[in-house]
Amino acid sequence: MAKALVFIDNPGGALKKSSRELLTIARSLGESAVAFNGELHDDVAAAIAAHGATAVYRPSAADLDDYLVAPKAAYLAAAVAAFGADTVLLENSSDGKEIAARLGVKLNAGVITDVVGVDADGTAHKSVLAGAYTTTAKARTAVAVLTVKPNSVDVSQAPASGVLETITVEVPADATASAARITARNERPASGRPELTEARVVVAGGRGVDGDFGPLEELADALGGAVGASRAATDAGWIGHDFQVGQTGKTVSPQLYISAGISGAIQQKAGMQTSKVIVAINKDAESPVFEIADFGIIGDLFKVVPQATEEIKKRKG
Amino acid sequence: MKIVVLVKHVPDAQFDRHLTGQGNTVDRDESILSELDEYALEAALQLSEARGGAKAGNEVIALSMGPAGAVNSVKKSLQIGASSGVHLSDDALAGSDAAATSLALAAAIRSLGPVDLVLTGMASTDGETSLVPAQLAERLGVPQVTFASALELNGTTLTARRDGDGHSDTVEASLPALVSVTDQINEPRYPNFKGILAAKKKKITTLALSDIGIDAGQVGAAGSLTAVETADARPPRTAGTIITDDGDAGIKLVDFLAAQKLL
Ligand SMILES: Cc1cc2nc3c(=O)[nH]c(=O)nc-3n(C[C@H](O)[C@H](O)[C@H](O)COP(=O)(O)OP(=O)(O)OC[C@H]3O[C@@H](n4cnc5c(N)ncnc54)[C@H](O)[C@@H]3O)c2cc1C
Ligand SMILES: Nc1ncnc2c1ncn2[C@@H]1O[C@H](COP(=O)(O)O)[C@@H](O)[C@H]1O
Repeated sequence: MAKALVFIDNPGGALKKSSRELLTIARSLGESAVAFNGELHDDVAAAIAAHGATAVYRPSAADLDDYLVAPKAAYLAAAVAAFGADTVLLENSSDGKEIAARLGVKLNAGVITDVVGVDADGTAHKSVLAGAYTTTAKARTAVAVLTVKPNSVDVSQAPASGVLETITVEVPADATASAARITARNERPASGRPELTEARVVVAGGRGVDGDFGPLEELADALGGAVGASRAATDAGWIGHDFQVGQTGKTVSPQLYISAGISGAIQQKAGMQTSKVIVAINKDAESPVFEIADFGIIGDLFKVVPQATEEIKKRKG
Repeated sequence: MKIVVLVKHVPDAQFDRHLTGQGNTVDRDESILSELDEYALEAALQLSEARGGAKAGNEVIALSMGPAGAVNSVKKSLQIGASSGVHLSDDALAGSDAAATSLALAAAIRSLGPVDLVLTGMASTDGETSLVPAQLAERLGVPQVTFASALELNGTTLTARRDGDGHSDTVEASLPALVSVTDQINEPRYPNFKGILAAKKKKITTLALSDIGIDAGQVGAAGSLTAVETADARPPRTAGTIITDDGDAGIKLVDFLAAQKLL
């Protein structure tokens, strides 16, 4: 039977939805286990068991977070060997992709990023060239390493949770030898809104919001969505770079993407054109964003957006 | 110091991009220097200039792996200010995935003798995988400092800022190292007339696989660890309903969302 290992890195007190998706995929492939890093809370362990994993591997060293990527890849390689995994699933974050990259070299394993679905035979589905193509790809190696985008599968739990075995994996002695050290960490305040890449609704603003994201935040809150931005808006300092959507920001594929005051440059489209439904609000009828909008409004966002927010609140009572 | 900057020759995203042939590889007509690699080149030039530039013995070597046309990205890098160029080109490289690409690039870098710093872009604008920098660091056995949005070098100690989700980290490593940079790090310069003239006298070395000790079977489609099996062009998005606001567009928008069951 196939063996799939899911890497879960510092989930804190609760398992993220993206991790539960990975566990769901792992279970669909065969026997599943978790390679864990960080503090393992009881709730998280219970959730891991509920999703069908039978074992949690934990590193012998506690200092993996003090370094960039490299020692985590070394630990994960040891966990793959301990479990005998033939598929490794990671989240599609920049760290996730880089851990996957190095794991691929260590294990001589094929790495596929930006995966949105995995078939029972290991075939991975992804889109490339900014959504212009959907492709299927497969690792030609004994072990396959896949990084999976959020919102790719519906989360489901196992019919019954089993007993979770905890196994310590020896981190190789030289794992930190030529790794970059993280010497300071500055946390930025959380917005309380859903994570941009996982949100079902994204309301994004560009240069047209002219420094005031207030109306977009209110619309996002009325829809239970996240706020995003174009690079023009993040470069202007109106909103943090974390919120940038596009080639050099986040790639999102929500159910609904509302673009307001964004022209729709190729680099912006690269991050959002696989969204299910796109709504665009722009003053300029010639803006390229209208070429990809399912519903376009030629108008002033400062009039349209607050009116829509009011109307949604009214209908939701 | 000796810096190698990786510059990839990629299809221009302003045109439609296509996958072709049996291996579903990217069609490389209409290609240019990947705009995300311009930030790496700029970072290299700034580090070199702060140490007295070429006159003081600093070297910035632009390295590109790709078919014949990729030499144009090396030339452009020389015009912008790199001191010399290397073009790794071999028919057997066609169709290489990240693993095969990083294997060949690592061997090419090693063939250049001791290097203090390898600089790359954050992602190639065609592959968009960001796998190559991390794999190069792993293969070269040097510290990986990826997604740097600010970079300083004091003696042999590199300090970088790395912006993650909800946090910004300070990362430190000593040379030799591999650094990938984001588009937040600097404002890349354009080639000027003087640079274009100067580039004509700069040297470009062409390397084949035999020069870097790699066998044809280790790279290209044969040496790749992944294979693209099918590729379907997604029907291009077509414009839907476009309305002009007559004072009630916000309400019409909500009607649309309700009809799409998105409320
Ligand atoms: C290497 C590189 C990477 C890049 N990466 C990204 C990326 O990841 N993401 C990204 O977004 N961009 C990226 N860009 C930048 C991109 O090329 C565009 O410059 C950027 O997306 C423009 O942002 P914008 O649409 O907000 O601004 P503009 O292009 O200036 O458009 C503003 C729009 O707002 C409209 N507007 C103004 N006022 C109003 C109003 N009151 N109501 C309604 N509409 C109004 C205008 O009609 C206009 O269409 C990148 C560029 C480079 C070179
Ligand atoms: N064929 C190549 N030639 C030169 N540099 C490359 C090549 N492929 C990737 N790179 C470098 O690696 C970075 C990340 O590429 P990727 O991993 O493909 O997203 C790019 O920005 C380049 O700096």
